[in-house]
Amino acid sequence: MVEVATQQPNTREWLAFVLVWGSAVLVTATFCWLLGDIIWHGLSHLSWIFLTAPPENAGRRGGIGPILVSTFLILGVCLAVSLPIGIGTAVLLVEFTSDHSLFGRLTRRSLDVLAGVPSIVFGLFGNAFFCKTLGLGFSILSGGLTLACMVLPILIRSTEEGFRAVPSNYRLSAAALGLSRTTTLFHLLLPAAVPGLLVGLVLGVGRAIAETAALIFTSGYVDRMPESLLDSGRALSIHIFDLSMNVSGGDANAYASALVLIILLLIINGTVSWLATYGLHRKIVTV
Amino acid sequence: MYRLTQIFPQKALGSFVVFLCASYLGIGGSATAQTSTDQLSGKLVITGASTLAPLISEIGKRFESLHPKVRVDVQTGGSSRGVADARQGLADIGMVSRAMKDEEKDLYAYPVARDGVGIILHKDNPVQALTDDQVVAIYMGKITNWKDVGGNDVPITVVNKAEGRSTLEVFLHYFKLKNTDVKAHVVIGDNEQGVKTVAGNRNAIGYVSIGTAEYDESQGVPIKLLPTGGVAASTETVRNSTFPMSRPLHIVTRTSPVELAKTFIDYAQSRAVHDIIKQQYFVPLVD
Amino acid sequence: MTSSSSNTLSRWSTDDLLCWLLRGMAMIASTIVMLIVTFLIVEALPVLRHVGVLRFFTDPSWHPAEGFYNLTPMLWGTLFAMAGSVLIATPLGILSAVFCQYYAPTRLARPYRRLIELLAGIPSVVYGFWGLVVLVPLIGEIHPPGPSLLAGILVLTIMILPTIALMADASLANVPQQYVRGAAALGLPRWAMIRGVVFPAAKSGLFTGVILETGRAIGETMAILMVCGNVVQTPSNLFDPIRTLTANIALEMAYALGDHRAALFMSGLVLMALIIALTISAEWISRGRIYG
Repeated sequence: MVEVATQQPNTREWLAFVLVWGSAVLVTATFCWLLGDIIWHGLSHLSWIFLTAPPENAGRRGGIGPILVSTFLILGVCLAVSLPIGIGTAVLLVEFTSDHSLFGRLTRRSLDVLAGVPSIVFGLFGNAFFCKTLGLGFSILSGGLTLACMVLPILIRSTEEGFRAVPSNYRLSAAALGLSRTTTLFHLLLPAAVPGLLVGLVLGVGRAIAETAALIFTSGYVDRMPESLLDSGRALSIHIFDLSMNVSGGDANAYASALVLIILLLIINGTVSWLATYGLHRKIVTV
Repeated sequence: MYRLTQIFPQKALGSFVVFLCASYLGIGGSATAQTSTDQLSGKLVITGASTLAPLISEIGKRFESLHPKVRVDVQTGGSSRGVADARQGLADIGMVSRAMKDEEKDLYAYPVARDGVGIILHKDNPVQALTDDQVVAIYMGKITNWKDVGGNDVPITVVNKAEGRSTLEVFLHYFKLKNTDVKAHVVIGDNEQGVKTVAGNRNAIGYVSIGTAEYDESQGVPIKLLPTGGVAASTETVRNSTFPMSRPLHIVTRTSPVELAKTFIDYAQSRAVHDIIKQQYFVPLVD
Repeated sequence: MTSSSSNTLSRWSTDDLLCWLLRGMAMIASTIVMLIVTFLIVEALPVLRHVGVLRFFTDPSWHPAEGFYNLTPMLWGTLFAMAGSVLIATPLGILSAVFCQYYAPTRLARPYRRLIELLAGIPSVVYGFWGLVVLVPLIGEIHPPGPSLLAGILVLTIMILPTIALMADASLANVPQQYVRGAAALGLPRWAMIRGVVFPAAKSGLFTGVILETGRAIGETMAILMVCGNVVQTPSNLFDPIRTLTANIALEMAYALGDHRAALFMSGLVLMALIIALTISAEWISRGRIYG
């Protein structure tokens, strides 16, 4: 009996070890395959001129300059709107609402539903609501707002997880010291919840920058350099979609654009995690 | 403000920050930009068929260079959207990639180009020609193996277009089929998807826009165009109207066009854009 | 004394102000869903008046141009693709998070996490493109025609994996260190500790991850459209082509008019119903314990 008892955990440990490493290798291999494919086809077309020049001949030649600018603007609008609302809602749900109150439950359920709404439905909705009802037309603003609706549930959910991870004695000690809830929030809870928020940010930015269906109907297809937020501007993912599915002979530039998108993402994610390790740790210490 | 955005394209990436500020201010600025009265100015919004969007977009760019105060915004989304937007006045001009239907006689339609629909097989398929009856039998599921039409002993993969697509309508109309009778194994959306599906499957049969297929064939994509009704499928036979399966590409307006829209439509129908039409692998109309 | 009382007074009002501000934000966040549902219903109304709800489930086929509107095969397509991908992605994602937190050397864990973050942001078009050019011909060699439920499940798995992997990673990282140290002090081996201590403690985050990935799997459009074959039929095996409700909207919306267009909005409504059902069942399964 004793032998079995010692034997079993060992086999189990060994099996788990193999499984965990196996899945990590599998995931890495799949992704290297995919990334390798993009890099292999895209790298030869990448150059400074490609990054700055406007597209020519429906994108078969020329670059992606104006498209990059539009993408940044759309992303900017999206984050400027969704971050405050997202963090605010998460704070309310975790810190100011009981988990079983009707309001909290309803909000949570509706966010779960929102997380599952197909991107194309977001596109049609955004077109009807932002472009027509609010009169924003096909514009970077409409596109950014539609994306904001889309990334909200992701942001809120992961920020919530971040807040939940903050031990309750922080809150109790703060209350015992007579700090107001606002002070507690800004000086104690927000910094502590940053890791969760960052995961949400990475996922949200990823989803926003990769979005195609929702943007075709809202931010539009115009590949001219945008002159204001009310101008229509083509996002990078739409450009990739159009080149690979609608423009014959656009594959090479589609791959190059996909590569640019991935590099862009790498930079954004890198900055976010740099902020996490250096910028915010200091804040917690000084407070 | 305006001078800023005009210098901008040359130094695209360098002045990102300046540009961001400029674009935020630009919300107010752009509305007043259309007031000057000399010759043509203003914004032309064109929405509709994704097939036509790259072509009209390129024509629009050349039109802009002729009339510097004009902005042509092209939005993609589908023929039905072109019709709906033109009717509701959301767009100045709609794009429709098919013949006009009876219930659309209220719109003013102007053909700008033609496009043929050709049957494609994988390059390695030994079958060189199919009679109309054989095509019908294959699409109705009565012939399911290539050996029955002189090919290898392998099952046929039938590639069909999604309901409502104009290439589908052209195809069904020519072969006098009903979509309920078609036994498809794969249903696709855009032309390039059809080309890629057939290129990736040795036993597939599909039909796509001839211009797209011709271009991809010349670029070494492993597909081949079959003759239809004894006529070789090429842009040449579409041009001289001997090829039986083709569709007109229209731009439409709700009211009789005036000023800017009229100038643009005249321009899009003129010989001056024939090189752009050929460049996008469509067939210019003979005048 | 007076100063201290005025202090408490102002403190209360900041708290109140904050609370109302947050409530306003939450209201905005939760009304978006209402707006979307209302919008879908308004757009689907014409076809509901002409055809009624029942015929969307009893008609012989989906041929809207000829007046047949059966959505059930696509509902099955959506459900199968979702179930398959969630079943593969969940263990894979959680295991890869465990790898990141407890098995990988620190030098490996960081780049690995970076890799997965990257994958979260690759456009679905790129996944679909890759699936269409690489995966589908491969499956076609094994069992024609190639575009199939299997291709859909595999591509979806790759797409939703980053969601569950990152969420799981974050929630594992949040498990209090004392738990882990305590377990280690008891001499528990690594896997026993993870299974017995870490997983229960991270339950809420893992569950959230599964809900998010399921939502993503249901809502995915472009990639699915490119690899699934889009034939409207109830699949009898993994190699049958399928069409999902989302692909149905994306494929036909561009050219749909009148009742056909309204019927596509009906597909959207069915999708929403599916997601609401999913949320309710998730709540029922967890019986509220998850958020406690």
